[in-house]
Amino acid sequence: MRLLRIVPDDTKFDFMRFRRVSFPISAVMSIIAIALYFFVGLNFGIDFKGGTLIEVRTSAGAADLAQMRAAIARLELGEFQLQQFGSPQDVLIRVSQQSGGERAQQEAVAKVRGALDQLYGNNIEYRRVEVVGPRVSGELLSFGIIGLILAIGSIFVYLWFRFEWQFALGAMVANVHDLVLTIGFMSLAQIDFDLTSIAALLTILGYSLNDTVVIYDRIREMLRRYKRIPMADLLNASVNSTLSRSVITHVTVTLALLALLLFGGQAIHSFTATMMFGVVLVGTYTSIFIAAPVLIYLGVGLGRETGQEGET
Amino acid sequence: MLHISRLRATVILLITLFICLSAAPNFLPETTFEKLPRWTQRHIVLGLDLQGGSHILLEVDSPAVRKEMLQDLLDSARQVLREARIGYTGLAVRSSNVEVRLRNPADVEQVLPKLEQLSQSIGGIARLRGGGVIGVQSSLEITNMGEGLIRLAPTDLAILERIRQAVDQSLQIIERRINELGTVEPLIQRQGVDRILVQVPGLQDPARLKELLGKTAKLDFRLVDVSITGQQALQGAVPLDSEILYGSKQREPYVIKKAVAVSGGDLTDAQPGFDQRTNEPVVNFRFNSTGARRFAQITQENVNRPFAIVLDNQVISAPVIREPILGGSGQISGSFTVQEANDLAILLRAGALPAPLTIIEERTVGPGLGQDSIEKGKIASYVGSVAVVVFMFLTYGLFGLFANVAVMINVAMIFGVLSLLNATLTLPGIAGIVLTVGIAVDSNVLIYERIREEVRAGRTAINAIDAGFSRALATIMDSNITTFIAAAVLFYIGTGPVRGFAVTLGIGIITTVFTAFTLTRMIVAYWVRWKRPQRVPI
Repeated sequence: MRLLRIVPDDTKFDFMRFRRVSFPISAVMSIIAIALYFFVGLNFGIDFKGGTLIEVRTSAGAADLAQMRAAIARLELGEFQLQQFGSPQDVLIRVSQQSGGERAQQEAVAKVRGALDQLYGNNIEYRRVEVVGPRVSGELLSFGIIGLILAIGSIFVYLWFRFEWQFALGAMVANVHDLVLTIGFMSLAQIDFDLTSIAALLTILGYSLNDTVVIYDRIREMLRRYKRIPMADLLNASVNSTLSRSVITHVTVTLALLALLLFGGQAIHSFTATMMFGVVLVGTYTSIFIAAPVLIYLGVGLGRETGQEGET
Repeated sequence: MLHISRLRATVILLITLFICLSAAPNFLPETTFEKLPRWTQRHIVLGLDLQGGSHILLEVDSPAVRKEMLQDLLDSARQVLREARIGYTGLAVRSSNVEVRLRNPADVEQVLPKLEQLSQSIGGIARLRGGGVIGVQSSLEITNMGEGLIRLAPTDLAILERIRQAVDQSLQIIERRINELGTVEPLIQRQGVDRILVQVPGLQDPARLKELLGKTAKLDFRLVDVSITGQQALQGAVPLDSEILYGSKQREPYVIKKAVAVSGGDLTDAQPGFDQRTNEPVVNFRFNSTGARRFAQITQENVNRPFAIVLDNQVISAPVIREPILGGSGQISGSFTVQEANDLAILLRAGALPAPLTIIEERTVGPGLGQDSIEKGKIASYVGSVAVVVFMFLTYGLFGLFANVAVMINVAMIFGVLSLLNATLTLPGIAGIVLTVGIAVDSNVLIYERIREEVRAGRTAINAIDAGFSRALATIMDSNITTFIAAAVLFYIGTGPVRGFAVTLGIGIITTVFTAFTLTRMIVAYWVRWKRPQRVPI
């Protein structure tokens, strides 16, 4: 049997020269992402904003969104959204946080249920009801932010111990780049930003680093073994020699994520979509085009190259 | 790297077998499972998002607790002053203090030590969200404001202690209430100082659960003030020892004496039933001996006058006492539906909460959605696994098969570890497993790519395989630890479904590293010993 070779043996792409293109591209993309975050903004879900989310399924035919909307509007609960969720029978209702403290949220749910019961009687199924009060949402948000900072911090410390500080810093640059782009993507796509999004971001962090570490491991190995190769060539050789692995692993991860995206259902759709973007699109690119070349700027192997000049 | 001693191989196989077998109890029918020895009765618990159910976070109403403490303090202070026969002009609750002004400022010296006795010392360390208190304190702060004005305030620690006690008592009462619903394995847990987490799986009607949790269920029997009607009281002055309360259904005003004739705490039993004449749903109750005596006395003294049954400051009904009730049992009627009578009986049997509880977070998933999620999770897992397995076989042939065997064992081990930990599997958790399948093969990819490189560098087949393993394993370790850190942080900050994801991700990483270091190596090592290959088939 002939085996599949996605990446031919002994590739010699000049990734380092490409940095003159990739760095500006990344800078522009990051700026766009930040602009998206500030001007479009994240679509905060109820976890962080508080409020109510109700998922209903009507058992007698498709749901009449206009009718539902009118019924809920009469309740005067402030801002609310209705959205088809998967099939025409499934509707997601979001009601913004009510003023008047924790109890007011529960009263709002009761009112919405009352209005829908009146419309549909027994032909409505409440598939999911989530109510997050003002106090909990505030706590969840600070928890999420603390979590991200904690994760980045502890990974930095770990890399610092395992590698030299330049590597740790390089990985962090790559890391922040990934997070910024992903948050920009989430702003653009208006994906619900909730606790699962934080989970997605942390996973992206983990896997993007996974890639970066594999390449760094190789760079470190080559730094020890080949004392005379110029830094740019050494980085190129490292990235090229791990390229086949990077690509194959990304195919397998993509296959797994694709299965989740296509068959995993609405409930984890935004979760997998975010991960697909972060791990597959951004993560790979970052490891190869940012994490490795950035080491040159951070001065890895500087002393080495001057030493080499002294020898010749 | 390729030599593995027989002892080592045996140990590895035994560990693998043990962990994989730990997943077995999940596949047994309920009846067989219960016949297993106790230590093997471990299995994966489905999360609320998969089996349906309610997650409700309750918080003790701290302002209400504070208010009640101040009221108690006021009563005790009044008692002290009366016993000491000291005149005062004002005694009232002002913001978060009780203030008393003595008629004769000279009495202060005499009163202070008496008031001091109301204070107790509280030890220990307690913390509350947003500011904390540490150390030993007295429960009461008494300040002499001068000119006969004394200010009393419960200390933060005392309030905290009271909240903590309220949570302790509430836990038991809530448990009794929920057990009446007849659900399986509800979880009732304290969270922090002032919160209670309630998780009830597989509930058909979460509205009823909330109904049962939201009520304080403080029941009092009090006399109705007949000197004035409700309507008159609304317009004019209410007698000092009475207050206006409203009916629970019609919202009609009643004038009710403040003094509690018999409290609901004296009930020993309450059962739903039907009135023998009207056939209306009612609640039949019975008092303990103290309650029965008090009730007999009150009813004897007040024949032909109405008394009110007050639940959470709402009048359920105010029947007229026709004859003394001496037997210590009675009946509450209040145009209930059958369900309402049922629930009231449950609440009365379980007892009143020491303080009101507020629902601050609710997440309910219906059984239908849960079932759908399981189906979708299964399909996604199968499709993802098959795709990865096929791809690995196409890429690495025989070695791809080795990798696939390792990945399958890997997944079995994840289920085994989850079972051993009695861990909760959620929908994101399933996603974590699918993701692990995609990632787990990475360790094999790293090893195989390294072997290819070593072959290209001119090594012999066996040499290349050996070097490939030893070089790749260090990388596998490094790269997986970063992801593990992310999973650990996620586990720490996450709740519910997200935590389920962190758990499967974390366990997946551990089993991945384990299989890469042991099983894959063993499989390849035995193959090398058996085949003595001249070239590497990848």
